[in-house]
Amino acid sequence: MIDKTPNNKAWLFVLPMAMLVAFSAIVPLMTVVNYSVQDILGPNVRVYVGFEWFRKVLRDPELHAAFLRQLLFSFSVLLIELPLGLGVSLLMPRRGWAVSATLVVLALPLLIPWNVVGTIWQIFGRTDIGMGGAALTGLGVDYNYTLDRVDAWLTVLVMDVWHWTPLVALLCYSGLRAIPPAYYQAAAIDGASAWSVFRYIQLPKLKNVLVIAVLLRFMDSFMIYTEPFVVTGGGPGNSTTFLSQFLTRLAVGQFDLGPAAAFSLIYFVFILFFCYVFYTVVNRIGQG
Amino acid sequence: MAELVLQGVSHSYELARGASAVARKKPPAFALRELDLRWRDGGAYALLGPSGCGKSTLLGILSGLLRPTSGQVLFDGKDVTELSSRERNVAQVFQFPVVYDTMTVRDNLAFPLRNRGLSSQHIAQRVRDVADALELGPALDKRATRLTADEKQILALGRGLVREDVAAILFDEPLTVIDPHRKWMLRRKLKEIHRQFRHTLIYVTHDQTEALTFADEVVVMSTGAVLQRGTPEELFLRPAHTYVGTFIGSPGMNLLPCQLVTRDAQVWAKVGGHELGLGDGVRAALAQRAGESPRLELGIRPEHVTLEPGDGAAGVPLEVTAIEDHGRFRIVVGKLGGEAVEGGPLVVKARLPGGEPAAAAVGQTVRVRFAADRVCLYEQGHLVAAAPLPAPPPPSLAAASDAAEASP
Repeated sequence: MIDKTPNNKAWLFVLPMAMLVAFSAIVPLMTVVNYSVQDILGPNVRVYVGFEWFRKVLRDPELHAAFLRQLLFSFSVLLIELPLGLGVSLLMPRRGWAVSATLVVLALPLLIPWNVVGTIWQIFGRTDIGMGGAALTGLGVDYNYTLDRVDAWLTVLVMDVWHWTPLVALLCYSGLRAIPPAYYQAAAIDGASAWSVFRYIQLPKLKNVLVIAVLLRFMDSFMIYTEPFVVTGGGPGNSTTFLSQFLTRLAVGQFDLGPAAAFSLIYFVFILFFCYVFYTVVNRIGQG
Repeated sequence: MAELVLQGVSHSYELARGASAVARKKPPAFALRELDLRWRDGGAYALLGPSGCGKSTLLGILSGLLRPTSGQVLFDGKDVTELSSRERNVAQVFQFPVVYDTMTVRDNLAFPLRNRGLSSQHIAQRVRDVADALELGPALDKRATRLTADEKQILALGRGLVREDVAAILFDEPLTVIDPHRKWMLRRKLKEIHRQFRHTLIYVTHDQTEALTFADEVVVMSTGAVLQRGTPEELFLRPAHTYVGTFIGSPGMNLLPCQLVTRDAQVWAKVGGHELGLGDGVRAALAQRAGESPRLELGIRPEHVTLEPGDGAAGVPLEVTAIEDHGRFRIVVGKLGGEAVEGGPLVVKARLPGGEPAAAAVGQTVRVRFAADRVCLYEQGHLVAAAPLPAPPPPSLAAASDAAEASP
């Protein structure tokens, strides 16, 4: 072996971070694990139940419905926000004062607290005083998000698009700006069309940025809670009850801590799994 | 393939951007001052200069990526100033390799032809020919991302070669990101390609070795102007400007303030109180000089400086201050003895063959001699007198130098 002084001082530097992560993530997570295998009857009365809660939760038809609703929602969000954000970023100005102006306007929805976003859309969609709702009613469209399932769904979807497309656009814009001008010059010399430039230069160079955008938007939309809670409260019926809201109802509303904990873990593992699969697949494709 | 001509071309980025009236109060900065240049069809040329001298701007004007502020660009006599890069039909290889990552090598090569709507048969044939010439054949079905940096640069060159009618191929410091030991191979390949296809090649670089080994003729630029154009030999032996003298060569030319004095009906150069003899060629050139100023600069290449032991009577005393041993050669730096001059001691560098025992040691005083025929005289930076170039070497010698260059 090469002479290398063993030096364990590095552990001292890692320790504070390890403590922080332990208290912010590991300890709470272990509490959840703890709850998921017990039936908690009172403050000091608990019974070990094994995987009972997992079995129960996985067979719950209401949860199945919420899960499908959630998947549909997340994929709709991806399907709309990615092409839209990419399109917006391609149209954004490249120089001059217009750059800052566009960036500020685009960033505005991202700066608004989430419950305020919900409130804005809750009011915007009202048929009596909301600009959007009233305008639709005035045009003769039968729109009411508090009564109609489809309307409620669309409202939440449009709200998410309004709220988060700017993030995708900003990510793509930064990716576009990072492409060295030589690529465009080479394409001009090779006589490439605008479509070829997009297809063979911009899109490949944006690949990494787009992967990040998909992961961020998938995770965020899969955990969406505040905005639909404020706008529709999960209704009408259960039509906009997504997974996190279902979970909250279980844990806080009914105080079923055991099933809620079991479900949290399943929820967490699913997101992790999806992101892992997606990331791996995209990387495989990238390497051809 | 074409002859490229620039007529009265200048460029200012400020004016091109349409700077505001406020900014225009002061005169706009010109990246390229008005110049005329002509590149013959089928020649290999280099544009040499430090960063920011305007050489990349010049290249951009040739390729059509920049529109000059003034002047005309002519390809084979046809005015192409207003034409786009595509219409001009030039190819360019950039500083770092530009390839289309998602395509295979084959598709990369075919891309410029497909964009021009040629038949797939013709494209396949051309791609095969060019791939053979560049030895890219085995890699044709690889993805372009998988190539090494130098292979990518070859591929970028291939995208230019694949068009039969390409007017010129422009290189913008193409070896910057290439490993030193691959640089030499790539440079040799470029020369081979040039011999084979006889395109007009223009090669921009700040590396004198690249410029001098690649080009038949080198254009040296500084601060937006052309200082000299000539063969590598001319640049070495008769630098037209002190800047060219110091920029080319390693180390650059020694420059010493001098005065002309006449003694025994002959002109002598007085440097630091010592009268130095001048070669016949230099004296003949001086006799034809129009200017009268006696204050000149004497330029002598370190290669043309020789040292002798200190006790010799001939030559000027030189106190050795440093010796750099480069293995193959040795650089001796010293202070010239004699009268004190403004601006500190006169420093002279000599480049002596390595290997032999050192002729001098630091702290010693030796005698220095300048090859009288290789002295160049400058007035305000411009060459006023130098011996003419020696007659071209016999062909056998030229072949030998070619062979020498072909070994790493």
